[in-house]
Amino acid sequence: MSSVAKKVIAGDIRAVARLIRDIDDGMPEVREILKELYPATGNAYVLGITGSPGVGKSTLVDQIIHHMRRDNKTVGVLAVDPTSPFSGGAILGDRVRMQRHSMDNGVFIRSMATRGHFGGLTQSTRSAIDVLDAMGKDYIIVETVGVGQDEVDVVKSAHTTVIVVIPGMGDDIQAIKAGILETGDIFVINKADREGSDKTMSDLRLMIDMDRNKYEGGKWKPPILKTQAIFGKGVREFLEEVEKHRQYLLRTTGELQLRKKRNRVREELIDMIKKRLIEEVLENLTETGQFDEAIDSIVEGKIDPYSACDNLVLPAIGGFSGDPVKS
Amino acid sequence: MKSKKAIAKSRSVLGEGMGKKRHLRVMVAKPGLDGHDRGARIIARAFRDAGFEVVYSGLHQTPEEIVEAAIQEDVDMIGLSSLAGAHNYLFPRTIELLREKGADDIVVCGGGIIPDEDVPKLKRAGIIEIFTPGTTLDNIVQWVKENVKPR
Repeated sequence: MSSVAKKVIAGDIRAVARLIRDIDDGMPEVREILKELYPATGNAYVLGITGSPGVGKSTLVDQIIHHMRRDNKTVGVLAVDPTSPFSGGAILGDRVRMQRHSMDNGVFIRSMATRGHFGGLTQSTRSAIDVLDAMGKDYIIVETVGVGQDEVDVVKSAHTTVIVVIPGMGDDIQAIKAGILETGDIFVINKADREGSDKTMSDLRLMIDMDRNKYEGGKWKPPILKTQAIFGKGVREFLEEVEKHRQYLLRTTGELQLRKKRNRVREELIDMIKKRLIEEVLENLTETGQFDEAIDSIVEGKIDPYSACDNLVLPAIGGFSGDPVKS
Repeated sequence: MKSKKAIAKSRSVLGEGMGKKRHLRVMVAKPGLDGHDRGARIIARAFRDAGFEVVYSGLHQTPEEIVEAAIQEDVDMIGLSSLAGAHNYLFPRTIELLREKGADDIVVCGGGIIPDEDVPKLKRAGIIEIFTPGTTLDNIVQWVKENVKPR
């Protein structure tokens, strides 16, 4: 086993931090390390938390950490914030709400930027989950704003998916519904002291009941909880619901499936293949200049994009041996 | 075969997050009891616009908390902001802790209301640069780009 993998399993903070950086930066050598770490994964329970900006996700996560630490559980947090599409930079501010845990060596908090395209976030976050899992964290919390397919996929890969809303989000709830509402295992109405929390509760209840069969075929009825995370209110009850959901998963899918849920493994593998193919093929095509040549040819009207695509992709995947169309 | 320049251009077309590329990660931190964070926030924003990933610490951090967070976040640089006069303790202490943790490959710069006569002392303690009032955002960003490389 490589020294990096050994250090990660031993819980070396610097090694873990560096490895997540390497994963994020797409360093190819991490693949070997992740292979070595994989047998040490599957023990952590992954909690995905999503909701619009400003609903209090980070504050809720801070409280969850607090309670988990009181129960002597170790916690890893991956807080995902958006990258600016204009500059490629990002401000990662989720830590601000969790700083009281920074001196606790049972807690590891890492901010990640969404960065780019092609499911990169999904895969790097999953790999980062594996790293925190291998380092021995009991719980891993992944926090995202849940916009965009990548982030939905990240949250979906959690054992328990939590959707956080605030009172008065009538229309926004409809917006969440498109794509992610169906993936919620637990719903939280945070800032519940605000006006309209009862209405939000009944709106949500109605929507969830209408979609009932989508939640684990109707066997799991997603609870809706009111919290005031900033005062720590409702957090204990929330964690009880998480435990109930874990028990439910254990009952219905069993220990092994809980560790490596078949659907999740399938989706992970698809993402991995997609990313790898894009990386290998597209990188190579740009390095050799073929990609630019093809663009020129299409612009100059020498070839149509469909044929150009055939010419680029088929040889790269070994499925085509004919002469490429001359340009 | 296309020129190197054309290839570089097409690489950027592929977008961020593709293939291997080191992104500069920096932390903007407010040590001590100083509550004036407007400057720190503006710097954070300027760094973001320059394409860096910026971890913001929030107010009232001890050097211990800042160093621990910087290590967990694997940043390349810590930017300390102080407008309340405690920089002569807080800045060198941050360097000391980084050394203790074997993390002194993370560089530290500072900014804020810092008297000229304190600057040489802070630099001797290991702060690589101090930015005092009047420094433009462009200057700071440019300095970081030239002097701080992703590790």
